[in-house]
Amino acid sequence: MTLVLVGISHHRTPIEVRETVALDRDGAGTLAARLAGDGAEAICLSTCNRTELYLVGRSEADAEAALLEISSLPESELVPALYRLRDEAATLHLFRVAAGLDSLVPGEGEILGQVRAAHEAGAPGPFLDRLFRHALRAGRKVRAQTAIGESPASVSSAAAALAEQVFGELRGRRILLIGAGKVGELAARNLLSRGAEISFVANRGANRGAELARRFGAEPLPLDGVVDRLLTADVVVSSTSAPGFVLRREDVEHVVRARRGRSLLLIDLAVPRDLDPAIHELEGCFLYDVDDLEAVVGETLAGRRREAGRAEAIVASDAERFREWQASLDVVPAIASLRARAEEIRAAELRKAEGRLGRLTEAERSAVEAVTAQIVNKLLHLPTVRLKQAAAAADGVVYAEAVRHLFGLGEEER
Amino acid sequence: MAELLFWPALIAYGEAALAYLGEARRPGLPGRLATWGVRLGWLVQTALLGVQAAEAEGFPWSTWAGSLNLFVWLVVGAYLIWGCRARFRLLGLAVLPPAVVLFAIAWVGGGTGVGVPSRYGSAFLVFHVGLVLAAFAGFTLSAALSALFLWQERRLKRRETSILRLRAPSLATLDELSARTIAVALPALTLGIAVGLLRLRSTGSPVDAVIVVTLVTWVVYAAFLVGRFRFGVRGRRSALYVLAGFTLVLVVRLGLPLTHFS
Repeated sequence: MTLVLVGISHHRTPIEVRETVALDRDGAGTLAARLAGDGAEAICLSTCNRTELYLVGRSEADAEAALLEISSLPESELVPALYRLRDEAATLHLFRVAAGLDSLVPGEGEILGQVRAAHEAGAPGPFLDRLFRHALRAGRKVRAQTAIGESPASVSSAAAALAEQVFGELRGRRILLIGAGKVGELAARNLLSRGAEISFVANRGANRGAELARRFGAEPLPLDGVVDRLLTADVVVSSTSAPGFVLRREDVEHVVRARRGRSLLLIDLAVPRDLDPAIHELEGCFLYDVDDLEAVVGETLAGRRREAGRAEAIVASDAERFREWQASLDVVPAIASLRARAEEIRAAELRKAEGRLGRLTEAERSAVEAVTAQIVNKLLHLPTVRLKQAAAAADGVVYAEAVRHLFGLGEEER
Repeated sequence: MAELLFWPALIAYGEAALAYLGEARRPGLPGRLATWGVRLGWLVQTALLGVQAAEAEGFPWSTWAGSLNLFVWLVVGAYLIWGCRARFRLLGLAVLPPAVVLFAIAWVGGGTGVGVPSRYGSAFLVFHVGLVLAAFAGFTLSAALSALFLWQERRLKRRETSILRLRAPSLATLDELSARTIAVALPALTLGIAVGLLRLRSTGSPVDAVIVVTLVTWVVYAAFLVGRFRFGVRGRRSALYVLAGFTLVLVVRLGLPLTHFS
């Protein structure tokens, strides 16, 4: 039973090529179902960074043909971009993918859900089902046993994590959003997802600000109304395109006294900056601009890379266990034949013995059945274990052949 | 028997203190080792105190060293309430190293053995010493929380890039916990002082400097709670105030051997 993987990913292919084979969940499910006919198994994992086909009972050529069919690119452009892996290498690759080790940002957590979705939408048989379950387990284990996914990987998530460092639980914390642009909205949404509430939206253009405020259930403000709301806000996120400072130290200074030591976190995502850097010097005020946030993200990414070493060890160990299971499949038919042969002999010998032993009662017959079955089981236990061990050590095929030869398994069919 | 229990407790606390240093450098396993060290050390010290109580005639911690032993147990016990949570592990850096030193001093002073009979009555000692020491343990923990607040605030002010890698409790949490600890410790100190003053009145003993400083300490912490809950003062100034108040606790602790213990 050979596992085949054919795929394309962000590592060596630009988005212009990747997007031609990108599929949504339904599309991936349909493709997998089409490839899984005639006893074959197939799962298609398609995300913004990769499209990969995991196949059992099909060849690389089948996978390439399927990808060429959905892509608008000619064969000469798509096929060189594809990578092909088999068995152990394919298993390890999937385990690394599920753990986020193959992602653009090491340890990102979204991929685990995408692998799960691909598994659910795909057409797995016993092999791929087990492979994906083990891969998902390895991914969860990596996230639980290492700190690879704990740190934020983007400026907006770093801003939210910083807010948690200042305020702890963000539930009920009030955010003042200055500017109705995409960047600020993204940061605000990150804070929102952690329980904070967008209380005020200030914007130069009244319509756009009012629209964003309506969507967040916040109070719309003109830019000159910001200072009045600083007393009640906990976090200020600013991202306007104003040429000068929107908030100066003098604006914030008198508010700080009235706040009586309550912290105020100010996130300046604008270039040129919206918030006077001197605000950071005020007691209880913490001002972070884009450079500060990027430095924090850089450090956390370095931390993720350090954790990646531990994660790789976990993934390698889990992939090795799966390989052992896969290798044991080589000897399963031999074990099954051996046991069937032994059972056949046992039953035949019992039938012969029945005539010599005279008529047995039901209880006596059961006892003899149990004893003979036990003898067979005990005799075959050690060879079965040794065969499985040999399979794990890559000698499985040789041992299976030896067993077939020694016990004459399958000879009667020849 | 009591002496035999001292060393495992000290080693466990020492291991925890070292592991906390390791946690500050590379979070993860050292933090878990530290937590287990604290738990184990505290359990062994509890057993040590139990043995002392069983073997002593009367209140076993009536000496300055004995009271120090009890004080360490109370501080570490109070720390354990929050210290086991991952975010609070770094608080151990402020608590465990001093605890190890104080515990060792208690041993040098004979406070971990079976104490000599006290000139004070047991009931008085249990209430007065127990309550005052429990309050001081609370103030110590509160000071550690405030110190951690100032450290975390400094990191945020310096925009340290490790702020999200080496995570400490949030400023708001530290501020709140410090105030709550004082809110619990102050009533204990109030009762302890009341018991002490009643005895002072019945025996007609003079008011000494340590008693005066203890009363000032009470006033300082009471003023803190008024400022906090009546006027909403919090943050950096609140933390600095708590640390200033703690210097009075230190003065009382250091003065006690001179005036109150045999």
